[in-house]
Amino acid sequence: MSLALDISDLSKRFTKAEPLVIEKLSLRVNQGEFVCLLGASGCGKSTLLNILANLDLPTSGTVTVSDKPTLMFQDASLMPWLSAGENVELALLINNYPKSKRRFRAQELLELVHLGSAYDQRPHELSGGMRQRVAIARALAQERSILLMDEPFAALDAITRDFLHEELLSIWSKTGITVVFVTHNVREAIRLGQRVLLMSSKPGRFLREWKVDLPEPRRIDSRAVAELASEITDQLRMEIKLHGQ
Amino acid sequence: MANENDMQSELSQLSAGLDALDTRTVKRRDGIRLLLNYLAPGLGIILILLIWQSMVALKLQPDYVLPSAGQVLDALTRQAEQGILWQSTFNSLRRALQGFVLAILIATPIGIALGMNRILRIIFRPILTGLQQLPSVAWVPAAIIWFGLSNATIYAVLLLGAVPSIANGLTAGIDQIPKQYLKVGQVLGANRFQTIRYIVMPASWPGYLAGLEQGWAFAWRSLMAAELIAVSPALGPGLGQMLDVGRQLGDMPLVLGSIFMIMLAGVLIERFIFSPIRERTLRIRGLI
Repeated sequence: MSLALDISDLSKRFTKAEPLVIEKLSLRVNQGEFVCLLGASGCGKSTLLNILANLDLPTSGTVTVSDKPTLMFQDASLMPWLSAGENVELALLINNYPKSKRRFRAQELLELVHLGSAYDQRPHELSGGMRQRVAIARALAQERSILLMDEPFAALDAITRDFLHEELLSIWSKTGITVVFVTHNVREAIRLGQRVLLMSSKPGRFLREWKVDLPEPRRIDSRAVAELASEITDQLRMEIKLHGQ
Repeated sequence: MANENDMQSELSQLSAGLDALDTRTVKRRDGIRLLLNYLAPGLGIILILLIWQSMVALKLQPDYVLPSAGQVLDALTRQAEQGILWQSTFNSLRRALQGFVLAILIATPIGIALGMNRILRIIFRPILTGLQQLPSVAWVPAAIIWFGLSNATIYAVLLLGAVPSIANGLTAGIDQIPKQYLKVGQVLGANRFQTIRYIVMPASWPGYLAGLEQGWAFAWRSLMAAELIAVSPALGPGLGQMLDVGRQLGDMPLVLGSIFMIMLAGVLIERFIFSPIRERTLRIRGLI
């Protein structure tokens, strides 16, 4: 199987006076894999994604990607002067999609996230969950094979989040893209990921990895998810307690 | 396959339900708003007219100092019959508009350059702000020495009034763009031109628009100052010139009538051009 991401010995320090944010971090992600990175505050999750998305440079170490990744944020970050459809079209335009087919393609992508009737709606007229789905459509418009997600559902209510988990997995299985999903929600990580990696904080390192081979469809409230979650939570708490000493 | 279809239909039903619950139903009471926007200011005008007319009726001052509203209207009608009123108004508006367009063309690149480049901003913004603070009527004597009593004088004063406001507004607008929008542009892979065209310009539009509004107001008052001072038959009629004729003749009704016309032109342009654009901008972005 070919690799989508190959990170080796990656370290990051913002200024010389500050301590390392990420220390000697290595990770290989296969093409089409769904990987969740889990960690408490200060584990350098966002810094790592910024480096992978080429928004920031590593201090040392190397990152090899099979395709330029796209990145989604906790806040949908839609342009408020554009309608939902136009936001998707902007991504198409910047990626040189043929002008005559842009509208049609944007509509198709909105339908993929079940927002076929929201083309003309403005971001402020949409709920948080709907905005995040437009952001998914916009990310898909770029036709990149790697999707990085930085706590994309953290600001949503539990019911909406549960629905978006299903929506995201459905899109992942349809498109076959590689997903690196960062979260501080243990159950969310288990619900979504094929692999869950626990990170330490200050500096960020990988502590341990779990392969999640629970059957699909998984439910976030199932017993199997809860059991694994309590095991991972124990580890996470041990790691957090170290910082209080 | 049946399972896959079930899952898809489950997802779309769920999404339809969630979206219906989440969507706010917006009720807009346009009727009442229109009434407030257009009738309430009318009440203010009626009140001022009543106070004015009662002062005239009390004969506090002779009518060459405080003419009645009727006399002012007569003076304007007289000018209209001679064709001077429309010619003056049209001429002034044409000058203001031409100068304003020229000001936009000059100010926009300056605003973008200062907005996008921190060093340029640090060096030049204080000068721009200084020019914006300076009443542009102060430039009239200098402009007359440089350009004589010509149209160049009038346009120079107008530009010195309008350009700093527009450029400063755009620079402030760019400065206030949330960094997140620029980050999204980077993630989408926008090049420098695309970033400016599709993200920076629309994102800074509210600030730019505020600058344009202030720029127009400054253009209009600078033009009146220039027309009032730079009087010459070669320059043709204008509202400022009409006002100056009234002063020379000691014709108070004509002076008040000219002032009224200058104010009216400003108010109408604010109300029917800038105000609708501003409302639309804020509504689209969900800011009102």
